[in-house]
Amino acid sequence: MKKKKSNAIWYLLPALIFLGVFMVYPLFDVAVYSVEEGYNSASQTYNGIGIYNFRYVLRDPYFLQALKNTLILVLITVPLSTGLALLISLGLNSITKLKDLFHTIYFLPYVTNTLAVGLVFMILFKKTPYSEGFVNLIINMFGGQSVDFIEGPYWAKMLVMSIYTIWIVLPFKVLILTSSLASVNPDYYKAAKVDGTSGFRIFTKITLPMISPMIFYLIITGFIGAFKAYSDVVAIFGTNLNAAGMNTIVGYIYDMLYGDSGGYPSYASAAALILFVIVLTITVINLIVRKKNESYS
Amino acid sequence: MEKTNFELIEKRAKRRKLTTRILTYIMLVVWALVVLFPFYWMILTSFKSYSSYNGEYIPKMYATDPTFDNYKEAFQSVNLGRYFLNTIIFTVVTTLLMVAVTVLAAYAFARLDFKGKNLLFTLFLALMMIPNELVIITNFVTITNMGLRNTFTGLILPSVTSIFYIYLLKENFEQIPDELYKAAKVDGTSDLKYLFKVMIPISRPTIVTILILKVIECWNSFVWPRLITDNSLYFLVSNGIQEIRENGFGRENIPAMMAAVVVISIPLIILFLVFRKKIMEGVSRGGLKG
Repeated sequence: MKKKKSNAIWYLLPALIFLGVFMVYPLFDVAVYSVEEGYNSASQTYNGIGIYNFRYVLRDPYFLQALKNTLILVLITVPLSTGLALLISLGLNSITKLKDLFHTIYFLPYVTNTLAVGLVFMILFKKTPYSEGFVNLIINMFGGQSVDFIEGPYWAKMLVMSIYTIWIVLPFKVLILTSSLASVNPDYYKAAKVDGTSGFRIFTKITLPMISPMIFYLIITGFIGAFKAYSDVVAIFGTNLNAAGMNTIVGYIYDMLYGDSGGYPSYASAAALILFVIVLTITVINLIVRKKNESYS
Repeated sequence: MEKTNFELIEKRAKRRKLTTRILTYIMLVVWALVVLFPFYWMILTSFKSYSSYNGEYIPKMYATDPTFDNYKEAFQSVNLGRYFLNTIIFTVVTTLLMVAVTVLAAYAFARLDFKGKNLLFTLFLALMMIPNELVIITNFVTITNMGLRNTFTGLILPSVTSIFYIYLLKENFEQIPDELYKAAKVDGTSDLKYLFKVMIPISRPTIVTILILKVIECWNSFVWPRLITDNSLYFLVSNGIQEIRENGFGRENIPAMMAAVVVISIPLIILFLVFRKKIMEGVSRGGLKG
């Protein structure tokens, strides 16, 4: 018995070392950083312990801007992408011809490099002295005015950001929803057909209740993902997000840590903990609602 | 009279069904175009010459005189080949290390008995909830203090572990019947030998899925490489793209940028088309973007 125990340790050791050094230790360390006031990364000294870093971050206009941007992005993209994914999945589920082809095409954005395709989106929306840009030409075709989507008004930038985010997150949602739609027991549909139930009623009374746990799961993961938005914003607006007024919470953390505005791991840690609290709250809500649902059924 | 009424209703229902069908296909085709259009645009632009791209006030939907110059330019004036090589090294080493660590840990959790196994596994699962953003700050400081900035070691080490894959593989290992293990024990097979001769071959599909998902993750990683490298000799493709975007080819050479984007996107698209079923199955079992 004793021999077995020492045996298992050797198998677990690599994972324990990696997780210990790069996950568990940082977890405690980030908490320590966040309460060290006036931390100087050059001399590695600090003045005292307290909540000053949190107060600083919560008053920093850049953080507030980042928080606002992130919230708007979350509120726009999560409902829209989930709804759109549901619509597409229902369509996909109702056809037999070309189903595989569509399915494959829809999944493509998942495997592409966010930065690379973001550059293409930027070019499609960008207005330059040489060209109005593709999107503006379409707007002009319908008699609209050209807009500078990349360096122009706030709503225009937010619009590009939302469109790109939805484009990026949809493959995952469509994949999850189509597989959960396909797993609904066909007997229910047959029974409804015999009873002459209308299509709309079948959807609200059978389909929706059957896949609602998955929709809920997608909304939760969508919230968490959107709160962590960063790479896709960089892809469109470049690394100087504060100048573009398009920073996100995660972007703020990295800016505090690194680059021209960096060197403040304490502020970065405080901001990261604020983000963690937001994400944790959503996760807990998820767990509570799921428990409630389980007790009902 | 009754009969015609019935026929009328049936006809109406049929027509309605047809309209829904047509509308469904229209929606699906429109979304497919939205998805494909950026890909079409980048390939198209990459074949346009610099002068013809900038000469077209209204961009043409086809290339008037296709040219490969942009691809030459992309490899010559930017170190795209180097970024490519770096990404391949990073991806291969990280993925192999990850698989080794994951297989060993999953085996310990699935087959071996030791004290506190359940507690330890619960702790592992709890760690899955920790967002990367929280631990990256310390990792950045750790790697910097160790003098590992702009090295492959610094790039790779914090990217190795993925608890989710340990979980996935453990579940898979547990499905292999206990009797096999007991029989092997009776025969005097060592744990390690059993792992390599029985467990790994049986679980190969899951291991391959994990491998592919990790390759995708590595190929697209951006945040950690950006923090840890500022020397372009160690840039990965994502950082290379960002560099091209910000400092470009000396001038805003969009066709050359698009050529670089195409080159960077192709390996993963090929991987996807080859392993389509595996990737989609793996992702739907719990893979998350981000």
